[in-house]
Amino acid sequence: MTLAPERPVTARPVTARPVGGKLVDQFEFGLDAPICLTWELTYACNLACVHCLSSSGRRDPDELTTDEAKALIDEFERMQIFYVNIGGGEPTVRPDFWELLDYAVEHHVGVKFSTNGFRITPERAAKLAATDYVDVQISLDGATAEVNDHVRGAGTYDAALRAMANLQAAGMKDFKLSVVCTRHNIGQLDDFKAIADTYGAQLRLTRLRPSGRGADVWDELHPLPEQQRELYDWLVANGDRVLTGDSFFHLSAYGDALPGLNLCGAGRVVCLVDPVGDVYACPFAIHDTFKAGNIRSDGGFDTVWKHSELFADLRNPQTGGACVSCSAYDSCRGGCMAAKFFTGLPLDGPDPECVKGNAETAIAGERTRPGSSQDHSHTGTVRNAPVPLTLLTRRPDSPCDESPVTTGRRIGL
Amino acid sequence: MPATLAGSWRLSSSVSLRPEPFGALAYDFATRQLSFLKSPLLVDVVRRLAGAGSVDAALDSAGVPAEQHAAYLDALRSLARTGIITADHPRSSP
Repeated sequence: MTLAPERPVTARPVTARPVGGKLVDQFEFGLDAPICLTWELTYACNLACVHCLSSSGRRDPDELTTDEAKALIDEFERMQIFYVNIGGGEPTVRPDFWELLDYAVEHHVGVKFSTNGFRITPERAAKLAATDYVDVQISLDGATAEVNDHVRGAGTYDAALRAMANLQAAGMKDFKLSVVCTRHNIGQLDDFKAIADTYGAQLRLTRLRPSGRGADVWDELHPLPEQQRELYDWLVANGDRVLTGDSFFHLSAYGDALPGLNLCGAGRVVCLVDPVGDVYACPFAIHDTFKAGNIRSDGGFDTVWKHSELFADLRNPQTGGACVSCSAYDSCRGGCMAAKFFTGLPLDGPDPECVKGNAETAIAGERTRPGSSQDHSHTGTVRNAPVPLTLLTRRPDSPCDESPVTTGRRIGL
Repeated sequence: MPATLAGSWRLSSSVSLRPEPFGALAYDFATRQLSFLKSPLLVDVVRRLAGAGSVDAALDSAGVPAEQHAAYLDALRSLARTGIITADHPRSSP
């Protein structure tokens, strides 16, 4: 089992799981199986979004075979993992994608899969609408083509809307419209909601993580402090009708906790299986430091989940480090581990987007970013590739001064 | 939605329970809703509902102390509201 020796965590005494009490305290100690398992089916992708958190593009020649994928689904069924989030890459480019989808459903493993929508034809939409236990999540990172395509590539806005229209026409209800919140689309939240409503979809907002290629564009794309407040206020006003994947718990430090767990679930209730069978603590932590093991070489997924040293460590209550003296620590619990790691901040300190401003000095100072330990990005020309971004080197005088449509490409996840 | 727990109840056919150290996860494949049963004893009660004939009989057979019956009935009403448990025979009046 892999335990990266360089993981900068101090040894903590092993604490016993409490009996009774709040669920979130139970979750800190981990579960017998994950609640939220993401399975990146392939690193192959027909797009090259600038913020791809798995640095996808090219298929890994070592990716799980159809039989291995089915055996993994069998294991999910045995572990009573009721549903999985399938992503990539673009999962629909795997030739056996639809076969695996059917296999999962037949084996009582519900699937929600993320897609850019290019392959959601009317025929596929009809099939999806007729299949129980399958949900679809269409990625869109701008409520206008200008904002979206700069991040995700030319034509991707139209493709996403076409897919949603196909799903709606087929009678698919409450599928998801999934948005990564960036500096350029925070002002479009109402517009995203309107688009979702138009197609009978449910809006899902998630946080831009500095993972994968996202690390390269995070400085330019992550929401500005005043936009974080705008996002928080919007979520408080609309949160009961919008999904977030619990990804904004760092914003809870503004005041009222947002709906959801408000806990880092990495290795506790969340994990990621990548296309070659590596198991990581969370979808935003594809790096050797957070690799718990491999389903091929370490005894299968169940064994990795239950017995990896990394996960055992993550299931110890964290100390909070520099954050414990902060009045908001109980709300945000120090924020996102992956965001800290990939921006080169200490894991037991504040989140890089700490709303109390406690990371500002560290972010402005010398940082050593860990870089990526895998990269499947396209190396050649990609048909829909986003236009290379001209980086803004100064901070805009106000958010309104920075047009989202000016000079550049943006990264998408 | 029934306001009382009269009659016979059971775990809904679309719901699966997964035991966990704190109790269980309950997943409804029909609604894609995940719920949490926060005590192993409550899980035992829910599993005993089918065939017990009544909620009270399930509480007794699981060994729920009498002074905790009210709290368990509250929990069961909540599970009924969310469709995790269903009445065995639909009744004409609530």
